[in-house]
Amino acid sequence: MDITLTIIGQSVAFFVFWWFCAKYVWPLFMDVMNERRQKIADGLEAAARAEEDLELAQAKSTDQLKEAKVEAAGIIDLANKRGSQIVEEAKDQAKEEAKRIVAGAQADIEQEVNRAKEALRAQVSAIAIAGAEKILEGSIDQAANEDMLNKLASEL
Amino acid sequence: MAELAEAAHAAAEHGAESQTVQEYISHHLSYLTYGRFPDGHWGLAHTIEEATEMGFMSIHVDTMGWSLFLGAAFLLFFRHIGKRATTGVPSGIQNFVESIFEFVEARVNEGFIYKNPYVAPLCLTVFVWIILMNTMDLVPVDWIPEIAMAVGGLWGLEHMSFKVVPTTDPNITMGMSISVFFLIIYYSIKSKGVGGFLSELAFHPFGKWMLPFNLIIEIPTLFAKPISLGLRLFGNLYAGELLFLLISGLLGVYQLPAHFVWAVFHLLVVPLQAFVFMMLTIVYLNAAHEPVEHH
Repeated sequence: MDITLTIIGQSVAFFVFWWFCAKYVWPLFMDVMNERRQKIADGLEAAARAEEDLELAQAKSTDQLKEAKVEAAGIIDLANKRGSQIVEEAKDQAKEEAKRIVAGAQADIEQEVNRAKEALRAQVSAIAIAGAEKILEGSIDQAANEDMLNKLASEL
Repeated sequence: MAELAEAAHAAAEHGAESQTVQEYISHHLSYLTYGRFPDGHWGLAHTIEEATEMGFMSIHVDTMGWSLFLGAAFLLFFRHIGKRATTGVPSGIQNFVESIFEFVEARVNEGFIYKNPYVAPLCLTVFVWIILMNTMDLVPVDWIPEIAMAVGGLWGLEHMSFKVVPTTDPNITMGMSISVFFLIIYYSIKSKGVGGFLSELAFHPFGKWMLPFNLIIEIPTLFAKPISLGLRLFGNLYAGELLFLLISGLLGVYQLPAHFVWAVFHLLVVPLQAFVFMMLTIVYLNAAHEPVEHH
């Protein structure tokens, strides 16, 4: 085995290459890989956060949906109440109207009856006079009986 | 693969007209050496004998060159990818580089419990660099040496050796493991102090009355770390390379199936040895960072 200066040459090369690697090669990869690790970690974190956000949003939307349903139910209730109220009011009004119409009609009827009574009264007195004239045939004093007949007519 | 067989055949006929298998293999196992000749001048060794005479004052141009080339290529490539890297979904090549990065980072996070931002880059460097150096073993054994001999022929080096797999050179593997050894000592002293480091050698595991025994146990343990680290890698790759050479040298044209089987098996060894080297580096450095134990 022949040991020569080569052994020293190789030792020097060893240290020089080590120095070069430590200074110019290793940090390049170290940086790149650390950066990538950071990137991946960030990505995973972001994904986790997004998932959380999604859950939150879903919970929120469910809540809102519930609220909306409650609100809608309230509105429907109110509308129903208002509707029945309107119907009640309309009924009352209709009853009132009907009463008024009936009252009007009764007044009309009374008027008609009165008018008919007046007419009848007038005619009855005339008929009675005519009848009495026929019976008494002029013996009766027209003027003396006029008052008596008028009293009779007003009593009818 | 067919070219490989031809190349092996050509190699067998190359140079010395009747090159034996032994010569073929020993040629493949020696280095292109630049060093100081016994007469004092510096130059490329033309023969194996010349290279041996140079001794320590020489450098293996081939393995050192491949080692530097592969290390630099890996770092520049990673830097290129790292600069263009996006934090979005990584595309093809970036994904590939990042998966290596993450693999190393995970191993360091598991095995190294102290805070030291330089350990992970060290492990990445060691892991990928060794994988690339080991992978050179899968290039058929004659391709690059043949080209090198053709080019070397222009300067009268037509018989030159050209070793392609840096981790089959003990200088390369020991160079790295000794560097790790220095780091072990440096970080041990840094976290425990000189006294703490020395007392760990002297007063463990049997307490201060058994000091000589402690030293006998602890000092070899300490030095066994870099030696086993470097020799394990070297041994595995050297054996693998040797088997490729045997297949190529002995079987000639009929090497294809054997070569294929061994290459498939070797695919396992290539990353495994790099992984073992990295893991042991992590374990050793983790132990070095341990603060002083109080009994």
